[in-house]
Amino acid sequence: MTTQQDTAPSAPEGRSRALWLDVLARTCRSRRGLVGLALVIPIVLIAVLGPFLAPKSPTAFVGLPYAGPSSEAWLGTDGIGRDVLSRVLWGGREILALAVLATVIGIVVGTALGTTAGYVKGALDEAIMRTLDVALAFPQIILALLLVSIIGPQLWLVCLAVAAIHAPQVARVARAATLRTVEQDHVKYAEAFGIPRRRVILGEVVPNIISPVMVEAGLRLTYSIAIIASLSFLGFGLQPPSADWGLMVNENRIGIQQNPWPVVTPIVLIAILTVGVNMFSDAVARSALGIEAPIAPPSMSGSDDALGGADHVATEVPAS
Amino acid sequence: MPASHSEQRSDRRARWADSIVLRTIVRRLLLGLLTLFLVSVVVFAATQLLPGDAARAVLGRDATPDRLAAFRREFHLNESWLQQYWSWLSNLLTGNPGTSIANGLPVWSGVEPRIVNSLYLLIVVALVGIPLSIALGVWAALRRDRLFDHATSTITLAAAALPEFVVAIALIIVFATIVLQVLPPVSLVAPGTSVWSHPTVLVLPVATLTIAVVPYIYRMCRGAMIEVLESEYIEMARLKGTPRGVLLLRHALPNALAPTVQAIALTFAYLAGGVVVVEYIFGYPGIGQGLVNAVSARDLPTIQLIVLILAAFYVLVNIIADVVVILVTPKLRTSS
Repeated sequence: MTTQQDTAPSAPEGRSRALWLDVLARTCRSRRGLVGLALVIPIVLIAVLGPFLAPKSPTAFVGLPYAGPSSEAWLGTDGIGRDVLSRVLWGGREILALAVLATVIGIVVGTALGTTAGYVKGALDEAIMRTLDVALAFPQIILALLLVSIIGPQLWLVCLAVAAIHAPQVARVARAATLRTVEQDHVKYAEAFGIPRRRVILGEVVPNIISPVMVEAGLRLTYSIAIIASLSFLGFGLQPPSADWGLMVNENRIGIQQNPWPVVTPIVLIAILTVGVNMFSDAVARSALGIEAPIAPPSMSGSDDALGGADHVATEVPAS
Repeated sequence: MPASHSEQRSDRRARWADSIVLRTIVRRLLLGLLTLFLVSVVVFAATQLLPGDAARAVLGRDATPDRLAAFRREFHLNESWLQQYWSWLSNLLTGNPGTSIANGLPVWSGVEPRIVNSLYLLIVVALVGIPLSIALGVWAALRRDRLFDHATSTITLAAAALPEFVVAIALIIVFATIVLQVLPPVSLVAPGTSVWSHPTVLVLPVATLTIAVVPYIYRMCRGAMIEVLESEYIEMARLKGTPRGVLLLRHALPNALAPTVQAIALTFAYLAGGVVVVEYIFGYPGIGQGLVNAVSARDLPTIQLIVLILAAFYVLVNIIADVVVILVTPKLRTSS
């Protein structure tokens, strides 16, 4: 069984930067990583550049409701006669931006908490981890749904709720990795030299826990996209008349027989995006830790707990 | 004499282990209760955050001040949070979760049939999903690195990433609307009738949730199975010429079950959230659809009750998962 230590040598600072770049490079050379990238990049391009390419305004009425594809509107029109192609081109930005932002917040907060807990140990460690345990014991997605539905569909709230779902998981992984790192000599030397705690954490510990955190980040990004798309499907994300892939599916599913494109196109885009991100993060996990990515129950998962950390799976799933 | 001595010792060791197991389980239960209490506080506090006024939301804009006041009195909306929380909790614990603000009927009467329907859904998903994922996992482990293993591993990796609503809509497109029209796209069930009077309404919701639960159980089962199959005692049994079936079912599978059982429990805990989206899409009259309806009607007592039920289910399944893991893992069973 390949463990963390085998593939992530106790690198002194400086070399550790090369280490995570190395992981990325290896990921991009692996077949699964390449497939993942090939799936993700076009969707990201559509989401980011789409608004500049859209032939029409996403909110303009251009024809009859649910008109089929024509030379005028390539993918036909939606339930109130808007151009589907333009709405699709406009509708990916928020999902992508919110998912990335929620993941980054979750990873940063989780890593900060986990590293601190693992490094400081003692009472603070107990306090942080027990609090996170309680957070993990909540059916988070239900509470996120509850909050979002009660406070109202605010984008910042969606983002924070998703970040809050991720942080405790990330903290666990970061703490476990930190506990392994602090035993290494270079950290002990740094401490012996009297380097301040904060600098030891940032300079010696964090660079060495980057691999497991990277694996975690990929996994979290997959969930973020799925959860945020689901929330906007339920109507808790962007509000009409804005264009949004999740919202479009819900708005137009009644007319699926007349013009399937306003439903089929966003569904396919979301599917390719999530599958691609998952493939890529699986490849990252393989090249970083020599294991398969821990997959959790999909999207709306509240408890990716035990599915959770790379650690856990490292003990369960041998390298293949 | 030596025999009885060692017997005594192993007996004592067993009792010692038992007490530890028991203590851990009791601790886990207490922790679960504490969690439920915290969930109830959070649920209550969250519903208090409702923007605007529940009384006005229900009675409408042109309600007279008298009626608003009467409504607030009836639903204790003008008392302090603590009083409201206490009366709500004590009513709940005495089996009276209140009346629905939306329709004036007892909350429980609206929620109870939904619980039954959701349980049906979950049971069918369990009956289909668990054997399917274990079979796939075991078979993939036996065919490791062959075509079947690669194919299922890739497919489940992809399936694990898909949001439920994407899977659900795709199934609706394929089986209920555009490609084929063999199944109902909406799970309509007349009030008062059982879902079993039209079992076809279950097919698509069950299929969606099954696709959601299989990947993780499959992967844990496959991983555990591979580990067991590589172990020395299996090699030994194989060399001794143990028949393949016995080897697999008697010797290998039981040792691969611990992680699998945990995966199963966690997957079902996750379904506490998963049913919300799926029931909403198919209009399946379960507890998840009830939650979405209650939220859009601002029906506080119903929201509180349903969220608590889902939370209790989640906490309970997690406790079961932990206890099962303790019971089937010797290392955890005997260390303090």
